Parts: sequence; C-alpha cells; structure tokens
Amino acid sequence: MKCIRFWGTRGSLPVALTAEVVRKKVIAALRGASGRSFASDAEIEAYVDTLGMAVAGTYGGHSPCVEIETGGSEYVLCDLGTGVRPFAQRAMKRHRPASPQVYHIFMSHVHWDHIMGFPFFTPAYIKGNRIRIYGAHAVLEEAFRRQQAAPSFPVDFSALGASIEFVHLEPGRSHGVAGLNVNLMLQEHSGDSYGYRFSSEGKTVIYTTDSEHKLADLAETKRFVDFFSDADLVIFDAMYSLTDTISIRADWGHSSNIVGVELCHMAGARHLCLFHHEPVSSDETIARLLTETRRYEEISRKGNPLLVTAAYDGMEIRL
Amino acid sequence: MDCSIRRLADVVVAAPVGQIDHLSAQKLQEALKPVLDEAAAARTSLVLDFAGVEYISSMGLRVLMVAAKQMRSHGARIAVAALQPIVDEIFDIARFRHVLEVFPTVRAALKEVSEPALAAYDGAAK
Repeated sequence: MKCIRFWGTRGSLPVALTAEVVRKKVIAALRGASGRSFASDAEIEAYVDTLGMAVAGTYGGHSPCVEIETGGSEYVLCDLGTGVRPFAQRAMKRHRPASPQVYHIFMSHVHWDHIMGFPFFTPAYIKGNRIRIYGAHAVLEEAFRRQQAAPSFPVDFSALGASIEFVHLEPGRSHGVAGLNVNLMLQEHSGDSYGYRFSSEGKTVIYTTDSEHKLADLAETKRFVDFFSDADLVIFDAMYSLTDTISIRADWGHSSNIVGVELCHMAGARHLCLFHHEPVSSDETIARLLTETRRYEEISRKGNPLLVTAAYDGMEIRL
Repeated sequence: MDCSIRRLADVVVAAPVGQIDHLSAQKLQEALKPVLDEAAAARTSLVLDFAGVEYISSMGLRVLMVAAKQMRSHGARIAVAALQPIVDEIFDIARFRHVLEVFPTVRAALKEVSEPALAAYDGAAK
C-alpha cells in the first residue's frame, strides 16, 4: 500500500458549505491579513497556510468513500458514498472509455450514505470495466439494485454497462484481493457493519466506520484491540462526543474520539484518523475536535505517541 | 483504585483515589453499588469527591453515567467535586458536564445539595 486518499469523509448525509460560511471564512482571512503586505503569490500562500482548516479550508461534505492506492493498476475503494463521484471524475480523466479498468470496492455496510454515490459512478456505465463489490451482508446486491429501481432513479441497475460482481466475504478469514491481505470483522451497528484490516508490504490499514464501541465487555474490547493491533493507520468513526454515545445517542451505532484514542493506544496503532464526521459539525467544530483529541491522546498516553488527524475530502496519507 | 465512603446527614460522599482506567472502572462500579442501592431506598444524595482522581477513561465516565441515571431515576441528586486539572480537561473533551453537576469543592457541592450535610461537613472540619 502506498497511499490512502479520502474522497468522502462525512457521515449520514452529504453537506455543502453555504455562501454565508464562505463569506465568514473570507472575512476572517482578510482580518488576519490586515496591515500585512505580500510581495508574491508564494507569500500569500505561506500566509494562507497559517490559517488552518476552519478559515482557509474545509473538511468537506461528501459521504464516505476512501481509496487505497496499492501501487498496482487496479483500483481499491472502501464504500460508495457521494465521494465516489469526484473519484470517478478523476479516473475518467486518466483513462479513456476504451481503456477498461478494474475496481475493487469493500463495503462496510449498505446504509444509504455508503451506497448513494454508486448511481453517479461513471465507470459503472462503461462496457469493459470490471467492478467487484465485496461485503459480508446477505442483502449487498439487493441494496444496490433497489436504490436504482424506479421510481428512485431513472437508470435501472440492469442497464449498467460494466461487468459488476458481488463477492461475499467471510469474517474471520483472510482474503487476497489486488495484492492486499484483507480481513473483516463484525461491528455493532444497526443492520450490522464490518470493519476491514488491509495489509501489504509490511503496512496495515484499518477501515472501521459505523461502529459503536461500548468497551464495557472486556472480551469484546480485546477482539477489536487484536484487530487494530500494530496498525499503521486506523480510520475511525468519531462521529459523536463520548457523552452522546453513552447517553442520548447510545445504540445509534457510532463512536467517539475518546474511544478511538483508547483503542488505538491499547492496540499499539501509530496513526488515528477521525472519520465519518457528524453532518451538522462546522469546520470550526471538527478543528476543535481534532485539537481536543490530540490533547486526550497526550493525557492518556502510556506508550509511544499516537499521531491523530481528522480526515477531509481530498486528504492523502502516505504510508 | 481505592474509594472511601463517608456519610454526612442525608448525603454520601464517595472519594475514589488514583487512576480510573478500563480495569479499575469496575472497582469504582463495585464501590458505588451499595451507595446507589442506599440512595434508591432512602433517597440520599451522592457527592463524588474527585480530589484524589488523577485520570478517568471512557469506562470510568460510563460508570458515572450509569450512576447518574440510577440516582435520578430515584429522584436523588448526584454531583462531582474538586476535579484535578487533567480530569477537568477530560470532562470538557468528553462533553461530560452535560451529565453531572460539577463543583469546585466538596463544600460547594454540599452547599448546593443539602444544608444538613453542609452543617455536618463544617462541624467535622472544626
């Protein structure tokens, strides 16, 4: 594995910046520049780089889609939220329709936010492309066919030109796909979800989203600690605050930044990436969440430091 | 992790000491069980004196959450007092101030929860 690229990082529902929010960002940037002079674009860019995501960027609003760049010619994705649309746009720019590609897609589960990008996944319409959709849910294929059935969408699944296969994966077994060693594990979420452990060339990445970790059962906690063990990167559902997950949003099937840090510490993981952001969270809120999570990591650390980041649409993590 | 218990009029003051992590959270739960049972029977209030608590994990906070729910279901009050700065930060990060009333000192908590308990506390301090 060479790189992880995030195309969609928002949970539950895609969101977009409003004109009002963009205006506030511009005002904040101009206020910060008051009294300064910039001799070149490079100086402007250096100033912008000091402003942080809340002012000079955005965490984005696409629903989950993460690319694993293996170094091989075949594409590997996790989930098919709306982030798959910009992924497809880039893939289509790279390859002409006459140049067939192979896409391997691992599904955490088939809730709407994780499949809603597929009807807009252009490679699915092109004959010659091969798309393999992997998952452990018995309803995997049905979920994809149903979302494109009338009256929900104008193009039926049966009209797609690519060769599309659904591949059932058994949890607890190792699977070899596109040069990756793939394991999956059942997670607590309405209708079940599955976390993935991808390994190759001495690197390990965990993709665990839409998963509630109560940590109340020590045996269950150990199961996840073993699954996360020694990972280079853990992409973790940190949608809610800890208090929310144990009170008003208990049993909603999501987790918190605090539990993410604790599991990664116990597992000896090296990098925690906060993922599946709450759709109502502003860029300021997510930036604050990141700062607080880094502080909690520092407070609770007993061994090696754990790098903490917050995923944003377009983010790349080199392995 | 040790947890001492003392009674001041109609309030129980529980004072855990040390780190409340994933393993010791269960000890806290066991220490609080008779207090919670007593509160259910007699509607006594509970003040958690956290002056000796150096750290609390998500499991420890979960124990406090369960205690808070149980106390409130019996119409009894629960508060926490004298947080060390690190624990105070953890309460903020976890958004836990929505769950428990937090007071700077045990005395401040007792003043809010029970006048007789405050009088007993002040009497014992003399």
